[in-house]
Amino acid sequence: MDITSSTADSSPPAPAAGKTAAKSATRPGDRIFLALSRGSGILLLVIMAAIAAFLAVRAANALSHNEGNFFTTFEWSANATPPVFGIAVLAFGTIVSSLIAMIIAVPVAIGVALFISHYAPRRLAAPLAYVIDLLAAVPSIVYGLWGALFLVPHLGGLYSWMNDYLGWTGIFAYNDGAARSLFTIGILLAIMILPIVTSVSREVFLQAPKMHEEAALALGATRWEVIRMAVLPFGRSGVISASMLGLGRALGETMAVATVLSPSFVIGTSLLDPGGGTFAQNIASSFKESGEIGKDALIASGLVLFVLTLLVNGAARLIIARRKEYSE
Amino acid sequence: MSDVTIDQPLAAGSAPQPRPVSLRQPRLPRWTPAAVAAGAIAAACGIGIGAALGSRIQWGLIAAGLFVTVMYALAARVEGRRQATDRLATSLVWVCFLIAVVPLVSLIWETVARGVKVLDGGFLSHSMAGVLTIQPGGGVYHAIIGTLEQVGIATAIAAPVGLLTAVYLVEYGRGRLAKAVTFFVDVMTGIPSIVAGLFILSFWILMLDFGYSGFAGSMALAILMMPVVVRSTEEMLKLVPNELREASLALGVPKWRTILKVVLPTAIGGIATGVTLAIARIAGESAPIVLLVFGSQVINNNPFEGAQSSLPYYIYEQWAAGNDASYARAWAAALVLIAFVMILNLVARGIARWKAPKTSR
Repeated sequence: MDITSSTADSSPPAPAAGKTAAKSATRPGDRIFLALSRGSGILLLVIMAAIAAFLAVRAANALSHNEGNFFTTFEWSANATPPVFGIAVLAFGTIVSSLIAMIIAVPVAIGVALFISHYAPRRLAAPLAYVIDLLAAVPSIVYGLWGALFLVPHLGGLYSWMNDYLGWTGIFAYNDGAARSLFTIGILLAIMILPIVTSVSREVFLQAPKMHEEAALALGATRWEVIRMAVLPFGRSGVISASMLGLGRALGETMAVATVLSPSFVIGTSLLDPGGGTFAQNIASSFKESGEIGKDALIASGLVLFVLTLLVNGAARLIIARRKEYSE
Repeated sequence: MSDVTIDQPLAAGSAPQPRPVSLRQPRLPRWTPAAVAAGAIAAACGIGIGAALGSRIQWGLIAAGLFVTVMYALAARVEGRRQATDRLATSLVWVCFLIAVVPLVSLIWETVARGVKVLDGGFLSHSMAGVLTIQPGGGVYHAIIGTLEQVGIATAIAAPVGLLTAVYLVEYGRGRLAKAVTFFVDVMTGIPSIVAGLFILSFWILMLDFGYSGFAGSMALAILMMPVVVRSTEEMLKLVPNELREASLALGVPKWRTILKVVLPTAIGGIATGVTLAIARIAGESAPIVLLVFGSQVINNNPFEGAQSSLPYYIYEQWAAGNDASYARAWAAALVLIAFVMILNLVARGIARWKAPKTSR
């Protein structure tokens, strides 16, 4: 290229990378390229900020018209005059179904991750890991269809069984009906977040220092003792952040919940009986019947969901980042 | 323990003694887990039929419970506590694995078995125009067009932005801005798709007053796609050896040409894989489509004007219609969608394998 400028650039033989980068940015081509790439980085930040800003503006509009209390009202009549709506039921449903999903999925995912990293026959492990990754790619609407038309009819028997033995708790009471309840959502979400929790945990387990494992084996530890003493302590923060990533996904899952749940605006004591709702499900199901204020009210609930997932994901990422600093 | 092992070789020279044998604890034979598993399944089927339990899920849970307890009890009797705990952990891990695999296999099986009934050439080449939801017939052509166009536009927006952002982070990024971008890319990965849809809704449709269109959906999909592209491209660019950059810079090549001609071509296989996987991810998104594209029964080839359909939305619509004919169409469309996504995944894997030996270029 133009030799004069490049020799001028390289005249100080200082190897400092930051310095040369700053220097080379004086060429027009470099300046344009840097501007473009920095611009797209900034664009991402702008999009994030815009999401928060736009949702907040519309939400404020909805809240100014709201006749109920946004946090405690058990009703969603945003299209009535005057509009009355509150997110109590949605928050309850979202958090409860995600918690059920976590309680089911995290232990199973740890088991599967250990199976792939430490238990499976060597030849099986890689294809299994690949299959689990593929399953993360199954679209959520397909999970929803499967959940509504296959899982729901098959869960009735299990629920009446739980009702027989655990019905006295109230939480697991079940009156025969379609099992389109929060607990079913929890099971379905658990199946859906299993691949991501598994694949992150597996990566962490595979990174556990081999020397520690071999040392434990050499001291006569059984395989479980090796895992308990050398692998799990090493992988704990990884598993925590993996579960929080899964939680973030479960909180925001829309279509699978919208297809399976039969929504209602009450908080029932029983998790097995149909009813309840989640933020995302409510937005998808009641969007088409919504007018101006109705849409803004849905956006307000979307803002709450956004903040919720932001907190959960941010916490997960911070845990991962801190762990990286330790291990490097 | 240790002194036993020390005097073992001493003893080995003299008379053959039974002591080394007594050192080994009795072990269960290798076939025990398989036998116990078979027994547990048989017993669970027996209990299931005997007690007339309707749901196969119960049978499976009973079998799993039986297997774990019997294995633990056997191992505790024969092998001792520590070995029994080890056995318990092993069987629990196996049970976890089976619990994970069963629903996933069932999902694929149901979709394929129920989907192939309706799936044929006519299904792929016709729209739903003039077909009542309770009638059999109709097809997904309009939905396939919609999906391809929306995903194509989303890729055209998100791939360059994502790529450039990754280049910025790896090649230029130092200091506060780069840290902020890294963090928010991570956080952005977790944005629920419905929130991205709501953002475009409030910005594009409610504020700028554009109508529902495929393009609005594409913008939401692009928001979901960007962080995925950034993350995977970043990983790939980090793998490019620094020697290549230094060699090119030492020859006096400007930095931007180094990036375009040396760094990106070296990593292109991995980048293409990442972009393909990102496409596979957004192809299945339905939530933003519900809010922004509105759905349609007829073919609309123009993504910038008027309502369109898309495969995931079509599935939702047909499920919501709630009769046998529409369920059959929903399963067939689900099969088409899964096949599409899986093919993209396989293509991604193929690219990764094809371009894998980067040094050979």
